[in-house]
Amino acid sequence: MPPSSTDYVRILPEIVLAVWGMAVMFAEPLLGPHTSRKGLGVFAALGCLLALGATVFQAQPAYAGFGFYNMLRVDHFSVFFHCVVILVALSTTLMSLDYLPAHKIDKGEYYALILLGAVGMCLMSSAVELVLIFIALEISSIASYILAGFRRHSAESTESAMKYFLLGSFATAFFLYGVALLFGATGSTNVFRIAEVLNTSAHIEPLAYIAVALIFTGLGFKVACAPFHIWTPDVYEGAPSPVVAFMSTAPKAAAFAVLIRLVIDTASPNWFWVIWVAAVLSMSVGNLGAILQSNIKRMLAYSSIAHAGYLMVAFASASNRELGISAAMFYSAAYAAMNVGAFAVISHMAGSHERFSSIDDYAGLGRRSPALAAALTFFLLSLIGIPITGGFFAKFYVFSAALRTHLIWLTLIGLVNSGMGSYYYLRVIVKMYMNEPRTTAPVPPVRLGVGLAIAISLIATLWLGVWPNAILHYTQGAPTILAGK
Amino acid sequence: MTNSLFQPWLVPALPLAGMAINGLFGKRFSEKLVAAIALIATGCSFLVACLQALLLVNSGSPMLEQHYGTWIQAGKFTVDFGIYLDHLSLIMMLVVTGVGFLIHIYAAAYMHHEGGYYRFFSYLNLFMFFMLVLVLANNYLLMFVGWEGVGLASYLLIGFYFLKDSAANAGKKAFITNRVGDFGFLIALFMMIQTFGSVHYGSLYFNPGLVNALPLEHSTGILTMIGLLMLVGACGKSAQIPLFVWLPDAMEGPTPVSALIHAATMVTAGVYMVARSNPIFSRAPIALLAVAVIGTLTSFFAATIGMTQMDIKRVLAYSTVSQLGYMFMAAGVAAYSAGVFHLMTHAFFKALLFLAAGSVIHGIGGEQDMRKMGGLRKYMPWTFYTMATATVAIAGIPPLAGFWSKDEILWQAWSSPYGSKIFWAVGVITAFMTSFYMFRLLFMTFFGEYRGEAAVAHAGHDAHGGHGHTPHESPWMMLGPLVVLAALSIFGGFVGAGHRFEHFLDPVIQKVEAHRSALEVEAAAAPMTEEPAAEKSTELALMATSVIVALAGLGLAWFLYIKRPELPARIAAALGGLYTLVYNKYWIDELYKAVLISPLLWISTHVLWQSVDQKIIDGSVNDLAVTARDVSGVVRQQQSGLIRSYAGWIAAGAALVVAYMVWMGTR
Repeated sequence: MPPSSTDYVRILPEIVLAVWGMAVMFAEPLLGPHTSRKGLGVFAALGCLLALGATVFQAQPAYAGFGFYNMLRVDHFSVFFHCVVILVALSTTLMSLDYLPAHKIDKGEYYALILLGAVGMCLMSSAVELVLIFIALEISSIASYILAGFRRHSAESTESAMKYFLLGSFATAFFLYGVALLFGATGSTNVFRIAEVLNTSAHIEPLAYIAVALIFTGLGFKVACAPFHIWTPDVYEGAPSPVVAFMSTAPKAAAFAVLIRLVIDTASPNWFWVIWVAAVLSMSVGNLGAILQSNIKRMLAYSSIAHAGYLMVAFASASNRELGISAAMFYSAAYAAMNVGAFAVISHMAGSHERFSSIDDYAGLGRRSPALAAALTFFLLSLIGIPITGGFFAKFYVFSAALRTHLIWLTLIGLVNSGMGSYYYLRVIVKMYMNEPRTTAPVPPVRLGVGLAIAISLIATLWLGVWPNAILHYTQGAPTILAGK
Repeated sequence: MTNSLFQPWLVPALPLAGMAINGLFGKRFSEKLVAAIALIATGCSFLVACLQALLLVNSGSPMLEQHYGTWIQAGKFTVDFGIYLDHLSLIMMLVVTGVGFLIHIYAAAYMHHEGGYYRFFSYLNLFMFFMLVLVLANNYLLMFVGWEGVGLASYLLIGFYFLKDSAANAGKKAFITNRVGDFGFLIALFMMIQTFGSVHYGSLYFNPGLVNALPLEHSTGILTMIGLLMLVGACGKSAQIPLFVWLPDAMEGPTPVSALIHAATMVTAGVYMVARSNPIFSRAPIALLAVAVIGTLTSFFAATIGMTQMDIKRVLAYSTVSQLGYMFMAAGVAAYSAGVFHLMTHAFFKALLFLAAGSVIHGIGGEQDMRKMGGLRKYMPWTFYTMATATVAIAGIPPLAGFWSKDEILWQAWSSPYGSKIFWAVGVITAFMTSFYMFRLLFMTFFGEYRGEAAVAHAGHDAHGGHGHTPHESPWMMLGPLVVLAALSIFGGFVGAGHRFEHFLDPVIQKVEAHRSALEVEAAAAPMTEEPAAEKSTELALMATSVIVALAGLGLAWFLYIKRPELPARIAAALGGLYTLVYNKYWIDELYKAVLISPLLWISTHVLWQSVDQKIIDGSVNDLAVTARDVSGVVRQQQSGLIRSYAGWIAAGAALVVAYMVWMGTR
């Protein structure tokens, strides 16, 4: 039986993104070598908007359910992560419009890679078939590897891409091995079928445990949680700033989506301590590592490890499905909003060849460019978790979920970490407002593209912080659907 | 709504949009464009407000409520984003948008060539937004958002010339004093949530209403507590004793700000809150009495200080405090509508007085000391005529606006069941003083000979030496709003003739009699039926009294400042200590400094900072930080940059997880 038209609607956002990505690829060689690629960027942004529209269209109840022979599934959960990924892709595209020419890497395939990477990430959130998940993961990873090395004239960037590629392939191998073993242990590659086998059969093959451990290793690498975090600082430091904004949020959110579908739903009680330890390690390593950093991108790399840890806290409290999963979803959205915003400011500040990426370069920014300093301050405050920002409610929901599932120690460790974290974020704010500027050179004026990217992140962060109910309501709908196997 | 284009939410949203556009991009706009954006935003907001008012009045329904979504939801307690439009908020909305629009026009010319033009207008629009949120909110929590927001905008605008130390300090003083009041409001809010589980006007006051279910509190009770705490909040915002000290200093801000925020709108928020909460206050006579006493005292003391000040804006500032006291007095004798009526007329003539004072200051090159003015009538006739109109209005001389509203208050102070002859008597004395200091201001500024530096320069040098310093009339952009406000100051009072205004507010104000015991109702009703004619004649007699004292004030000012200008100094000398006391504003600022500020500063430097903070907190934190840094160094060392060792870490991690899982699985 051929796929029905409903099936195509279920992958409509992916279709739009893929078609747009390919169109950009076709258009690229047709443009002269000295033509600006900004038009392609705007075109790509348009594609993101269309894909967002497609996602909204897809969110109608009529299209919920399995599609393409049970390969994927459209539900609250997938729609939510689609929106996060596409919005991140949109903001990244916008902030790259002026970044690329400034760094003399104005190439159209950059935009195509972002769009195609987004295809993979979107698929990751809706796929329920291990093979499809693996393919989606690879689509997203390969795009990220190339993007990380996009400043190809810079040794740092190339090194970063090489490391990311080698280590990433290494981790993917673990994941693939895990998939194979899981198939061996349960006789199926469908997530729902696997969950059924694992939850109902009296005797579980030890093979299944090894499989889950290996899959966790692979995904742990993608979300940069300890002890698989080690690549993060080097790669983030070398990659172009807009790319870091992209790959520190969108693939992470997608990998978390897979983790939720795969791990939480196929969970056995043994899981708990692995997650617990990973959470504590990530939070501690991330925050401790960030304290002494002098490069702002490296600092935010460690901070992203710490935030992966907070998200793991939400996973650990997933014994109460509704609380844990909805807190994790809310957190990934809030983290995406505030981190993309912070990197949008950083990529604007970077200057040619990313010269200005030391924290000291931010001294006196409050006077040199009050608006940029205010925006960055807002995002950093959100990363700390100060009220009226999305970061506050994200932390609030995660820790209240942990408390309600009686994870008192984990909450305490998390809160101590969160206090420790405020130190290095505040250090940047203090630098911006209380220290004399190093240079009197004016900050380049904010162009429309990066301004829009900052505005989108600002609005999203503020919205999540002032009016979290709407999103929370939506995320609370997701776990029950996931459970309805 | 029949007309979806003109939703009530547009009224606050338009100034917000203006603020956003000017705030984000204004730096690159020309002054004209910035002013146009701000004016269009407030102008359209005023138009929509008028349309809403017409729709509401014509619909005949007492109120209109719109919900735009849930803001907070915690169990059964919910707070909405919603707009509540009844006759009270309608008046406030029209005053805020109307007077606000006129002041925007004026400011567009007044602030010309001032640095930070775009910043000024985005703050001003921000203020309009929060003020409209305050008056249009459908619950106390949203009102509190507006309440805090106008405080913020006021702080930003007072400190607009932030390089000037006194301006920055005045901004801080206003903010801190207001925080004291806000604290009271906040506790009142919490108590309301605790007692009623709601902060929504509709569920508190209407069919049947959680508050309305409670009986009249003859002694103290929960409503009295809430009422008194609200009064603390109102005292802060509306500059009543003991929290009035910030308002005179707030005059450091640009004059249009003083007119809009510190005369016409923001400072009346306290009166609005009391009127809005009338079902609470009417059931708590003790709280009501406190309102009346504070209002009466404030109006009296502020008027005495106003008689001695020499700075033109400070006279007006004390006059504002005093007139706000009148409004509180009215609210305190349960004549809420009289208070709101005076609020409205006061908005017209006090905004006019400030704008005209601004025109004077503008015209003579920034001078604010009235001793250096004089004779300006011939240099700036339009400013003079409009300011004279406002002076007559505020003095309470018929048939101008101030007469109607002030007379209504005095009549209510006399005749209301909560009133007292003492309130009335103090009110009449204050009316006399008001008339005196306002005509004193007018005579010192516009009559006699010009005493400014330019005049001296003129005498000493040739005729061209004083160029730019000769007093000159302001441009039409500034005079236009003056003329419109003057017209409102003349005719604005007629809406209150024959208690029409009172009846307009009937749907909002609950009748006090309805809550009293049957016996009291009978007792209260008895004199009413007895002799309505006698009451009418009393009312007329009181009216005559207030007209006479107003004219007496005018006469005395004329005698002292026109007929015998040498006399005031002699009188001041003769009064000696008393004059010094009043001139120095009863040393209130110094008293606060000695009793509150200095000890607090001492405790915070010596105890909190040097001992607790530096030794205990910093000490322990520093130790922690050192430890964290040490560990951080170790973490950093793991980052060798070598890909082989990284892969090793990942493999080791994977091995650990697999080992653990296998152990669990085979156990």
